[in-house]
Amino acid sequence: MTDATDTRPVPALTRFGRWLADNPMVPLIVFLFLLIAALEVMRPGIVMPVRTGRDGFISTFWVSNLVKFAIPLAMLAACQVLTMLTAGIDLSVGIVATVAAFVCATMTSTIGPVPACLVAISCGLVVGIVNGLGVAFARVHPLIMTLGTGLIATGCLQVYQRLVISVGVEIPAFLEWLGIGQTWGMPNALFVFVPFAAFILWLMRFTGFGRILFALGSNENAAKLSGVRSWQVFLALYALSGVIAALTGLLYLGMIRQPSLSLANPLLLPSVAAAVIGGTSIFGGRGSFAGAIVGALILRVLNTMLTLLQMPEGARIVLFGLIILAVTALYVRITGSR
Amino acid sequence: MSAWVRKNAWVLGLLVILVLLMGLTKAIQPSFGAGGIESLARAALPFAFATAGMAIVIIVGGIDLSVASMMAVCAVTAAVLMERMGGVPALLIALGVGIAMGAINGALIVLTRVPDIVVTLAMLFVWEGTALLILETPGGATADWLREGIRGFAFGLPKAFLVTVVLIALVWLPIRRSKLGLSIYATGSDELAAFRSGVATGRTRILAYALCGLFCAMGGLSLAALTGIGEPVPGPYLLASVAAAVLGGVVLGGGKGGLLGPIVAVFILRIIRTILTLMAVDPNVTTIVEGTIMVGVVIFGALVTTRGRRTA
Repeated sequence: MTDATDTRPVPALTRFGRWLADNPMVPLIVFLFLLIAALEVMRPGIVMPVRTGRDGFISTFWVSNLVKFAIPLAMLAACQVLTMLTAGIDLSVGIVATVAAFVCATMTSTIGPVPACLVAISCGLVVGIVNGLGVAFARVHPLIMTLGTGLIATGCLQVYQRLVISVGVEIPAFLEWLGIGQTWGMPNALFVFVPFAAFILWLMRFTGFGRILFALGSNENAAKLSGVRSWQVFLALYALSGVIAALTGLLYLGMIRQPSLSLANPLLLPSVAAAVIGGTSIFGGRGSFAGAIVGALILRVLNTMLTLLQMPEGARIVLFGLIILAVTALYVRITGSR
Repeated sequence: MSAWVRKNAWVLGLLVILVLLMGLTKAIQPSFGAGGIESLARAALPFAFATAGMAIVIIVGGIDLSVASMMAVCAVTAAVLMERMGGVPALLIALGVGIAMGAINGALIVLTRVPDIVVTLAMLFVWEGTALLILETPGGATADWLREGIRGFAFGLPKAFLVTVVLIALVWLPIRRSKLGLSIYATGSDELAAFRSGVATGRTRILAYALCGLFCAMGGLSLAALTGIGEPVPGPYLLASVAAAVLGGVVLGGGKGGLLGPIVAVFILRIIRTILTLMAVDPNVTTIVEGTIMVGVVIFGALVTTRGRRTA
């Protein structure tokens, strides 16, 4: 009996690439802890206030702050992970979150908190459905489509703002409780985020919908020939993305407590970056939400570092752009796929 | 003659639409005349340059999402330099910066083999940050002659219109006739076939992106000339330029179209805005209408492309 399998040695870099593709979480978590260690070196006592003796071995204040601001980022990154699985992207999430927050804050005083939240979420649903229609039926590239709907939504928000200029702003109490409240030293937003993350992970791994997303992203033609009705999937996918973005907007409103016309817009690029850093391929077919969560934490730590270095706003934007480019280029180089 | 008409049917149709829309404007506002056309041409100036750049990269088979950011970088560079030195060197430096940024975009796409759309998305933020690093808040100054150069009339036509047409023709026509022009169209229609026929596709793409950068620099300079200062925040030129290029007959995916159609399309989109303003529509509603028209145009273009692919 001769061994029929190919026993040629695989180049080390390719092998490493395959291992990374199989276990994307390992290097990510290592990187996160390296960053935290670097932060501790830069500013002793910020992570481990042992000498100053503020609270415990690891500062719960610092950890809860880190987690709190990583949550909206990770939720928006979920939109990017899900759409990127089908080789798409959703660039309207920032403005959708802003619209949801603004609508909720201005409507609470007139129609009550729960209806206001429902109206806000349906705004996200509408934008998501429009995105889905454009992507599913007209086959517009998702990037162009979501950019366009984002522009239209911005215009609508401006018109709406002039209509409600006299209405006072009121933030529902439960959103404020979620946003700034703490339980056992951890932010209350986790009460929303943990079930949400479990749902997304379950959706991606154990449902037919999740498998179809991976299939469409890996090979759209093969998926279609296997009987996937891609238009239904795209429609559902972008609608879901819009709803998630609106939910994020509501949560973020509770944290910031000051609705504005560009509340969540600065989160858009970091959400793409978090998904890409977390090992989601922008070309479809590969991605994990767990990675995106770690990616969001990494970005938050990085942000703290850049703030400590007193880097100007411009340099921070440049760095984010370069990180996305470098990670994507590295992925293409290591795995040799596009 | 009839063959020429058939070949340019799309552009001729656009010209007819433009004339009709101008007639409509005249009907709404009888005082609309030379002055109105002059301000229209001036407002269209940055859009026209952004569209010209975008059209070239779409023809070569790519897309450049960073046009608005590159325009912002060139505008602030020119505004900062013109405060400190003569207008002409500052102008040349801004143009050089534009070409360099475009070439960097193209080189990154060719070298990293990452798709155009991802690279230019990342570079959008890099250039946006660069603009903020050069100038934190709107400021700087613009040379007087630059501001006067696009105001008023010359040879009976608005100067801004002449500047648009002459500059774009001066850059594009020689290239269109040369080997590079042929390579750009060949690379856009079928990169593999072009490569196997001996076209240096990588170099062609880098040069096409550099050309786009050059037009963005012109767009940024015209922005600085229009406002008199440098504004580090990118304007709404990305979607507008894609929509105008698609409306002008450039096919997303590459290889088809010219620059005349997109330029006419820019004027059509601008005059629609003028009409909405004259009809006393709320400017914010105008944004919605414009966005809807642009998305509609892109959807229409995509539908035409898929239909064409199916029958072909």
